[in-house]
Amino acid sequence: MLDTIALAVSAVIGLSLLLNLGRFMIGPHMLDRLIALDTMYINAIALIVILGIFRGSPLYYEGALVIAMLGFVSTTAVCKFILRGDIIE
Amino acid sequence: MPRLTERWGRSASAAAAALLPAAVLAILLPRVSAVLAGQVYRLEANWIPSHGMNFGFQLDGLSLLFSTLIVGIGLLVILYARYYLPERDKGGRFYAYLLFFMAAMLGVVLSTNLLQLWFFWELTSVSSFLLIGYWHHRSDARRGARMALTMTGAGGLALLGGFVLIGQTVGSYDIGQVLSNGHLIQSSGRYHAILILVLLGAFTKSAQFPFHFWLPHAMAAPTPVSAYLHSATMVKAGLFLLARLYPILAGTASWFLIVSITGMLTMLIGAYQALLKHDLKGLLAYSTISHLGLITLLFGMGSALAAVAAVFHIINHATFKASLFMAAGIIDHETGSRDMRKLNGLWKHMPITATLAMVAAAAMAGVPLLNGFLSKEMFFAETLDQSTLGSISWMIPVFATIGAAFSVAYSLRFIHDVFFNGEPVNLPRKPHEPPRYMRVPVEILVALCLIIGILPEYTAGKVLAGASTVVLGGQLPTYHLHIWHGLNTPFVMSVIAMFAGGAIYYGRGRIFKLQTFFPARDESRLFDDAMRKGQHFFRTLLDHFDNGSMQRAVFWLLFVALVFMMVPLMELDMTIGLRPQIPVDFVMISGATLLCVSSVATVIWHHQRLLAILLLSVVGLVVAIVFALFSAPDLALTQLSVEVVTIVLLLLSLHFLPKRIRNFSSPTIIIRDASLAVLIGGVVGTITFALLTQPFDTISGFFTENAKSLGGGTNVVNVILVDFRGFDTYGEISVLAIAAIGITALIDGIHQAKIPSDPNALGWAIDKHPMMLSVISQAMLPLAIVVSVYIFLRGHNLPGGGFIAGLITAIAMIQQYVAQGYTWLAARMPLNYPSMVAGGLLTAAMTGLGAFLWRQPFLKSWHGHPHLPLIGEIELASAMVFDLGVYLTVVGACMMILSRLGRLSSSSEAR
Repeated sequence: MLDTIALAVSAVIGLSLLLNLGRFMIGPHMLDRLIALDTMYINAIALIVILGIFRGSPLYYEGALVIAMLGFVSTTAVCKFILRGDIIE
Repeated sequence: MPRLTERWGRSASAAAAALLPAAVLAILLPRVSAVLAGQVYRLEANWIPSHGMNFGFQLDGLSLLFSTLIVGIGLLVILYARYYLPERDKGGRFYAYLLFFMAAMLGVVLSTNLLQLWFFWELTSVSSFLLIGYWHHRSDARRGARMALTMTGAGGLALLGGFVLIGQTVGSYDIGQVLSNGHLIQSSGRYHAILILVLLGAFTKSAQFPFHFWLPHAMAAPTPVSAYLHSATMVKAGLFLLARLYPILAGTASWFLIVSITGMLTMLIGAYQALLKHDLKGLLAYSTISHLGLITLLFGMGSALAAVAAVFHIINHATFKASLFMAAGIIDHETGSRDMRKLNGLWKHMPITATLAMVAAAAMAGVPLLNGFLSKEMFFAETLDQSTLGSISWMIPVFATIGAAFSVAYSLRFIHDVFFNGEPVNLPRKPHEPPRYMRVPVEILVALCLIIGILPEYTAGKVLAGASTVVLGGQLPTYHLHIWHGLNTPFVMSVIAMFAGGAIYYGRGRIFKLQTFFPARDESRLFDDAMRKGQHFFRTLLDHFDNGSMQRAVFWLLFVALVFMMVPLMELDMTIGLRPQIPVDFVMISGATLLCVSSVATVIWHHQRLLAILLLSVVGLVVAIVFALFSAPDLALTQLSVEVVTIVLLLLSLHFLPKRIRNFSSPTIIIRDASLAVLIGGVVGTITFALLTQPFDTISGFFTENAKSLGGGTNVVNVILVDFRGFDTYGEISVLAIAAIGITALIDGIHQAKIPSDPNALGWAIDKHPMMLSVISQAMLPLAIVVSVYIFLRGHNLPGGGFIAGLITAIAMIQQYVAQGYTWLAARMPLNYPSMVAGGLLTAAMTGLGAFLWRQPFLKSWHGHPHLPLIGEIELASAMVFDLGVYLTVVGACMMILSRLGRLSSSSEAR
């Protein structure tokens, strides 16, 4: 039962990743693209968590945690760049 | 060591420098009698045993002779240099170079392995370069050093070729094996190639015609160096090689022709030039060339007695020429000039030095009762025995006598012009005797000349016999070292040479006049011209492939790779293996779509740099998910952290670059590059597909089985990194550290003007450091550090480890920089990143070396499970300390690069 649900959810996440990609390609502003990328990070986290449930291993949650943290850093860095043209001032 | 002690003055550094040769001497002396009795000491360690290469030293008669020369004269030179170097020079650097040379030279003469010998041979060239250029503010010193390095380096390359050929012919690089298989070399078709390559090496080193010109230019070195390297030891390395390989190379007609004719020419040209020089050291330099030619000629004759005479003359020449150079140095030091037209009548001012120099010069001229006489008599006797040239063999003794006559003439000139012949002319300093101890080395050497000259059999006899036995491969001919052989032809030749020499000196005015008819040839100019032409030629050639355009360089690289990959692929017909394929599900399809679309889009949009960076991070994210899907959480984490660091780095550098670039490439080039890219992609894809579908055994089985038992951890990836392949990891973090230092150095050199403001971005937001960002980032730092400590600690057993932990820490710290700015953080977090990198490297190295304490190989890890009260059983492994080193290096290197870039941009803002 759980396996079927996990499979279905991962398919949905895959679909949303594709939609993210669509937004990324369309743009039109750089901010739209950045948000698309950030959402991709979120979807990746979701995918890895599902994977963890599917395989029953706690290791994947930690991975998800680290991705969340790292995704935040790269998103802020790009934001800073768009806003100020430089990231360390 | 001398560099450390130089703060206590010149004497301290000299004393410290003397320790090494004294120690070597202490090792040598007790073994002298045994070695002379034919025993050979060997000391070996495995180096690359799978290729039959051992790192080893051996002491036999020949190497004993040479090491005694190197160490003995080395000691004297160290003492001499203590007084020779000017007051303000504490000599630390000088002695360090000198010891470097001494060690390299000892390595040459003691090596048991041809490649090892070659390695030390090159080191002597390098140290000679450093010593010639010691006074690097002088352009002649720099030129001389460069010339010497080019010549001896080129010769060294030829020598390496020769050695490799020898090794392939014989099947071993071990000198003992090579020597006992001489017939293999002489009968193989490669003999001539080997002979010419080895001789090129030997002749460039020993300054034989036509490669002799570097030696006079090397006289720009301080005189102790000239005495030591360029007369007594280094230039003898070529002769040593001739002596060492004598059993396998000598004895053929080509050996005789090449070696003896080169020697003869060198001897005559050197002797003639020596007479013409007005510079004291110039005279000695050419006379050295001439005597080296004489020894080469002796080796070339191919008879056993000639080889003995050659070895004997090596000893004699080292003693009298080193003392002459030292005397010349004293004269230069105390009078301020080396020009023989100015130096006259010094007998009155420095009688003791004059006496010493005159005895040494007489030995050089071959006056009876001195050592030079003995070897010269042996030389004459050998020239008389030659019949290899058929009916014109009589020319050899005649030329030998002419050479000797010139030798007498320039020795006379040295004595008469410098010490007599009127009064000094316009000397910068009033000449006087040197300090007592400056003269001691000269006294010792001159005493040796006398003792060997009068009592040859009791002093040099045994050493000579020991060395000659090795040169000749066992059989020693009967010969007698006597002062008086009776009134025979060699003696008559000597007498003729004496008188002719006197006559030549008397008529030297005519020779000088004769020389003015020839256009003056400046070898250094010719050399420079040749170098420049060569450089120009190769630069033009290179421009066809690599004109500085990245695009073209990458094109060639990939093109060649493509050709090499495609050729073998065409011979295979089936690429789909038998391995069952994993069914494709929807997640896979969407991931693949993401990957493909964003990769292609990166290529299309690469002119908009920010967009390209974002697209790249999409690619990175997908790759990380793929890693996670296929059960490689370590790789996924690493991939993501590297991704983030890369983005930050790219954004930082993007600040200095135009945000958009135009398209520079012509359509033809775009089509060329695109088709190459498609082909490469297709080929690599095919290979990967073929590889993934083949059922084959990987080496991973071994690691999975042994990780716990041998490395003490269950995380195979980490155990491989810190234990099984720890040495690789150590190399990688060293590279990281080097890269960080290199980037820092480059950034420090940049003086960036203010960045032109981009109307679309800059000034859009006024707040530099938004409060929300600062607060969240500050809260994130401890959290991230806890995560990284956790990942670090469990790394040995579960996914994680020093590398990932280091990256996470670095990223968290970067976030602080982004949120707060450089200056804010520099005040609150005064971390010294370079020392962090150094500390990390040291920790890793120490852990590795620690294994030696338990007689284990480098980086062999230890692990145990001590039981502590309260905490319970914990797992300890020395690999963890190594991992700590990795962690520190990674954090330090990342932060060093990023913070430096960040500071650069902040400083350019402020301007």
